[in-house]
Amino acid sequence: MEKLRQTPSQTVGPFFAYSLTAFQYGYDYNSIVNGSIIGDHTGGGQIYITGTIFDGNGKAIPDAMIELWQADTQGNYTTKYPGSPTPENQFRGFGRLGTGTDPDHQFCFKTVKPGPVNGQSPHINVTLFMRGSLRRLSTRMYFSDEINEEDALFSNVDATRRHTLIARRKENNGSIEYQFDIYLQGENETVFFDV
Amino acid sequence: MNSNDHYNTQPPHLYPAYKSTILRSPTQPFMPVNELLKDLSLPAFGESFIGEFDNDLTKNARKNGEPIGERIKVSGKVMDEYGRPLPNVLIEIWQANSAGRYIHKEEIHDAPLDPNFLGAGRMLTNSDGNYMFYTIKPGAYPWGNHFNAWRPNHIHFSVIGHQFEHRLVTQMYFPGDPLFEFDPIFQSVPGHARELLIARFRMDWTDADFALAYEFNIVMNGKAKTPFE
Ligand SMILES: [Fe+3]
Repeated sequence: MEKLRQTPSQTVGPFFAYSLTAFQYGYDYNSIVNGSIIGDHTGGGQIYITGTIFDGNGKAIPDAMIELWQADTQGNYTTKYPGSPTPENQFRGFGRLGTGTDPDHQFCFKTVKPGPVNGQSPHINVTLFMRGSLRRLSTRMYFSDEINEEDALFSNVDATRRHTLIARRKENNGSIEYQFDIYLQGENETVFFDV
Repeated sequence: MNSNDHYNTQPPHLYPAYKSTILRSPTQPFMPVNELLKDLSLPAFGESFIGEFDNDLTKNARKNGEPIGERIKVSGKVMDEYGRPLPNVLIEIWQANSAGRYIHKEEIHDAPLDPNFLGAGRMLTNSDGNYMFYTIKPGAYPWGNHFNAWRPNHIHFSVIGHQFEHRLVTQMYFPGDPLFEFDPIFQSVPGHARELLIARFRMDWTDADFALAYEFNIVMNGKAKTPFE
């Protein structure tokens, strides 16, 4: 059978917010995902994932969209996105934010640290879309307070660039935050995957 | 054309004619990770996420009447590369109104807003991989890429399937648009593959005396499962 050709990718453009992140931006349309990857009843220690996406001039990008996809604290992906009627623990695993509502163009997700998946170090899958990006950009975020060198993917990354995949732990008035800045270009250019 | 070219349908990351790509495209090689990510799933959304009029943009933002413009039906099938339908795929769309104006707050094009049109919709594909939206045909609008740059009429699509590869953001265009040759976003796609972004007019799918119809099928990468190879 002849294979079909894949639909080409196109940029998300600058005007996605009223559809894809409507609640965050204050549009009169509900959102099915947002920056809360956990619900009020998800146990396991709440953390924040924050960061900024920088362009080739080192300028914070104000119109990007970032999606996180992660396992729960036990290392399991919740492939069945919990519907509102009977959430077990309201862990969603999937989050999405635009960088246009914070004055410094930071994103800030609320989540829990994922458990190890199949022997890999705890990590979060990160996908970026933005004006000026014709295809999705995919990377992974690891944690500065975990052992990452044994991880099958991390250990395959050029040793001089591994630091671009590590979020740095900070404590802020008792809340735990991991900062994951993303650089599209420059000496700290983030490692992106061929997907 | 060899078969590799034939299946290479994606635009490059850096396409200088589209000026914003210059400072926003990575410069280092992309790391191959197929083997490591091939079993990764994506979340499945359920019907409970979809509102009654989420797939009818002519109804989902009415305030005091009907939106202005040409009513159309946009429908099609989401498939993998082997033509197998992908059910329960989340499709989110957004677009300008019939005058070429987005409701987005940063939008500066001097064309009227429509109080009865938002321009956002979403739905899940059914068990046959099919989806269908009612909407208003979007207008063209100018943008700042170069002097007197205009985007062809288009509807933005975001698609989330169940495998990690099945994540696509794209734009659907309309047949015969005279702006194609002037638009670097459309032109960034290899020439032979641009037709994949153009919806097909379907007289036989129209709602008689109500709405014209366009077919736009979406094919997602299927490298995680290749039973026919
Ligand atoms: Fe647009």
